[in-house]
Amino acid sequence: MSKEGVIYRISGPVVTATGMSAGMYDVVRVGDEGLMGEVIELHGEKAVIQVYEDTSGIRPGEPVINTGETLSVSLGPGLLTQIYDGIQRPLPTLEEVMGVFITRGVDADAFDLEKKWTFEAVVEKGAAVEGGQVIGHVQETETIVHKIMVPPTMSGVVKNIKSGDFNVTETVCTLEDGSEIQMMQKWPVRTPRPYRQKYAPDTPLITGMRILDFLFPLAKGGAAGIPGPFGSGKTVTQQSLAKYSDAQIVVYIGCGERGNEMTEVLDEFPHLIDPNTGKPLMNRTVMIANTSNMPVAAREASVYTGITIAEYFRDMGYDVALMADSTSRWAEAMREISSRLEEMPGEEGYPAYLSSRIAEFYERAGRVETKNGDDGSVTVIGAVSPPGGDISEPVSQGTLRIVKVFWGLDAGLARQRHFPAINWLNSYSLYPQSLNQWFRDNIAQDFPEIRTQISGLLQIEAELQEIVQLVGSDALPVDQQLTLEVARMIREFFLQQNGFHDVDAYCDINLQYSMSKAILSFQEAAKNAMAAGAQLNDVVNVPARTALMRGRFEKGYIDTIDDMVKTMIDEIGATVEDN
Amino acid sequence: MTGKEYRTITDVKGPLVFLNKTEPVAFGEIVTIRLADGSIKNGQVLDTSDDLVIVQVFEGTAKIDRTAGVTFMGDVFKLPVSKDLVGRILDGAGRPRDGGPDIVAEENADIIGAAINPFSRQSPHDFIQTGISAIDCCTTLVRGQKLPIFSASGLPHNDIALQIARQAKLKGSDEQFIVVFCAMGITAEEYNFFRSDLERTGALENAALFVNLADDPAVERIITPRLALTAAEYLAFEHDYHVLVIYTDMTNYCDALRQIGAAREEVPGRRGYPGYMYTDLAMLYERAGIVKGKKGSITQFPILTMPGDDITHPIPDLSGYITEGQIVISRELHQQGIYPPINVLPSLSRLMGSCIGADTTREDHKSVSDQMYAAYAQGRELRGLVAIVGEDALNERDKQLLDFSGVFEDRFLRQSRDEDRSIDETLDLCWELMSSIDTKYLVRLDQKWIEKYHPDNKA
Ligand SMILES: Nc1ncnc2c1ncn2[C@@H]1O[C@H](COP(=O)(O)OP(=O)(O)OP(=O)(O)O)[C@@H](O)[C@H]1O
Ligand SMILES: [Mg+2]
Repeated sequence: MSKEGVIYRISGPVVTATGMSAGMYDVVRVGDEGLMGEVIELHGEKAVIQVYEDTSGIRPGEPVINTGETLSVSLGPGLLTQIYDGIQRPLPTLEEVMGVFITRGVDADAFDLEKKWTFEAVVEKGAAVEGGQVIGHVQETETIVHKIMVPPTMSGVVKNIKSGDFNVTETVCTLEDGSEIQMMQKWPVRTPRPYRQKYAPDTPLITGMRILDFLFPLAKGGAAGIPGPFGSGKTVTQQSLAKYSDAQIVVYIGCGERGNEMTEVLDEFPHLIDPNTGKPLMNRTVMIANTSNMPVAAREASVYTGITIAEYFRDMGYDVALMADSTSRWAEAMREISSRLEEMPGEEGYPAYLSSRIAEFYERAGRVETKNGDDGSVTVIGAVSPPGGDISEPVSQGTLRIVKVFWGLDAGLARQRHFPAINWLNSYSLYPQSLNQWFRDNIAQDFPEIRTQISGLLQIEAELQEIVQLVGSDALPVDQQLTLEVARMIREFFLQQNGFHDVDAYCDINLQYSMSKAILSFQEAAKNAMAAGAQLNDVVNVPARTALMRGRFEKGYIDTIDDMVKTMIDEIGATVEDN
Repeated sequence: MTGKEYRTITDVKGPLVFLNKTEPVAFGEIVTIRLADGSIKNGQVLDTSDDLVIVQVFEGTAKIDRTAGVTFMGDVFKLPVSKDLVGRILDGAGRPRDGGPDIVAEENADIIGAAINPFSRQSPHDFIQTGISAIDCCTTLVRGQKLPIFSASGLPHNDIALQIARQAKLKGSDEQFIVVFCAMGITAEEYNFFRSDLERTGALENAALFVNLADDPAVERIITPRLALTAAEYLAFEHDYHVLVIYTDMTNYCDALRQIGAAREEVPGRRGYPGYMYTDLAMLYERAGIVKGKKGSITQFPILTMPGDDITHPIPDLSGYITEGQIVISRELHQQGIYPPINVLPSLSRLMGSCIGADTTREDHKSVSDQMYAAYAQGRELRGLVAIVGEDALNERDKQLLDFSGVFEDRFLRQSRDEDRSIDETLDLCWELMSSIDTKYLVRLDQKWIEKYHPDNKA
């Protein structure tokens, strides 16, 4: 057997080769045009290959060459601000070579191999270094220092290291045993990168979205699933997370979704300012776009490409957030390949290993002690697109079994234009217990209690609504009518948040707390006033309450809200005398 | 290169022909099959290996036997494209159907089409005025968008599509769209309706038609939309046209896909449709848009009929997951005698935000659209309550909203088939209708627009 074989069969993205020595996950070049593929099954003599490019026009008998490498990503300075396809080819480079339509058979380096970066050594000659240890810094973008690490599989004593301007393939450090370290390294995408240990998450990923931070918080290093039918807001939510969450690095994977949505991100992000650093958002972002009409095998690979890049930045000690929109399209790619392999199907035609693949993917999230001894994290947020919006299907179920946060999007809410259309009654987060201390220490001592009160009111509202459906709200006692008004305020003033609003799209966590307190202040003032004889209608309609609620659309609300609450309380008090 | 003729058919099953002992045949290669009576059928290679080749036959496999001669044409399916496609009527496989000459190719284009590099796209942002108030105000169409009509059998989706094709224009411009019309399995009557309407209005001269009717081969429907889109891409990106692609009925297309899947004994997905239907549909719908450095654009209006009026059926469901919104036609409104019976509540244009406002439509558009939607939604909901507790139990606000929902349907939605309302007319009408509601209940309207546009303040 040799490195070169021939094509025996072609069936869509799956090609079978004979006469070639191959191992699982070897990268191969298929056909006269040298299309990139990966070995995914071995049958005696035959190697089954998934091909990352369109296979039409390819014939049996054409050559297949085994490169002997496994599917890997290139890691090094130049990743940030870049947009890649599922197998890490930069889309701008593809445009230069192919024009606006993606043709095939073109290789492209993951980043500019010629560009010089200023490398600043942080260890000295004679230092003993281990895999994962940081040996130097490169200021990659205005906000991010790219840390150059010893490849995880290497260790030794530094024989030579020099600061200066280098391109990514030049050697910056030599070890006593002769091994050379460049700024670019490779890592196989299907293998998690190593770390020292996993920690329990204890810090929230602050997103600036009230319903998420306040009611269903996600921890840095945690995993969340966002299932929802079409048009319910998965993409808008994911994009808001990419814009506003307080991660240091964002990896955004458009997996089998729309081309225009990626264009939108590309258009917008360079002009958007990261609320956490005041610098353009693009500086911290890596994008992967393998849209629905691009080859499915590359779609399958895209989530691995993305998470490997995320782990790499984690290993530098950063908090990384990864969004995958949508994991269902990844699962469907697996299903399509699996059915071409004529594997025994599991539920709904998905391969039997679907749920273990999903679990393995989300397991790559986590807060870790890096090999360098730092604290780093990868937070994963996966959108799920269940057929007909019914989450009893395998991808939703496989996801819910592993993630600890469930943000359930609801078609009914989206239709009422209640955005984000996250259903507060069935969504959940299993993190509050581990995050409460953080909220107490950093926001307010009573933060968890306030949260409980707010979500309690929403529960009561749901029960009362059932009665209202039958008899109308006028039939309820006034104290319950007040509860409904308070709950309405929670929904309209607090939970609703337009993802496109100039000011309100992002809400500081301290402001979130003030707003929640404002609602409870209204409740208390109204209760007191009504006990003293005021009318519900008057209490609800005091102008200062309307002003308070509108205030969130103005800049500087965080400074004015307390006074607005005081005015509201005074006006509510005055409704007693009016009577 | 056209190779030799093989007589090695082993099996024929559904739309598929299996044969062995061939020279190496390319995946996707075009095939002709000559029957004993001299007639020719066409097909395409779905699976190829040293031992076995599977061919999907577009015209159906009737009369094919083991003696039929199979020739591999050496190339994948290509459409001869030329500017002369405009004004022509072709059949579902791209042959003239209007008695005219063959198309003289300026180029032969692969019908599968390559994916547009997401980096090379340009975000759509030009407002298209359709003259239909419900669409222009509430689910605004943007040039380069893919916006399907979700309809059902017996509803007037064709009238709406034609009205859009007739009236669609950029605001303040009389730049015309080229219409590429693609029929998949529709009845001759429906087709004649389309054609005579296009003829009557002179639009046919600016249109290219690809027609596969109900009695034409079902499997051919797999390629018909690809031909139409290939023509559209050529006209848009080589000749700078703004192209509006209308295809109907996607449901027939999907059924053809299911038929092939079944013949290949694939593991079926939901309701028997293939698991790869999402990807397959995306390969069509994603061929809409605008690209950097090209003047033209492709806007898509796919029409599909929801089996059993069910929006969760895989065909509308998977479409909704790919397209940029949807316009939903309502049987209930149709039965009330309202045309166009568009239910704005489940309808959505996801690109609307990028094309409305002071610079494009009007400064109050967003505010008006939000308020119209909210008031109508609340009014509709109250209808349910009134049925239980009676109208007397409603407070003043609710009474006004309830009445508004009726006016909304009767005056805002309803318009005639040739009524072409400008966006200003549409928005003025909204203000007129909303003035029946006390302004204090119109909380979504910006105060400054109330002062400027409310009829009470205008006079
Ligand atoms: N937070 C939000 N604020 C304002 N509008 C929103 C918000 N979320 C969703 N929307 C509205 O809903 C529309 C659909 O949202 P989005 O594209 O995120 O849906 P999706 O769940 O990703 O759908 P699909 O599965 O089809 O991709 C948006 O175009 C926007 O109009
Ligand atoms: Mg989406």
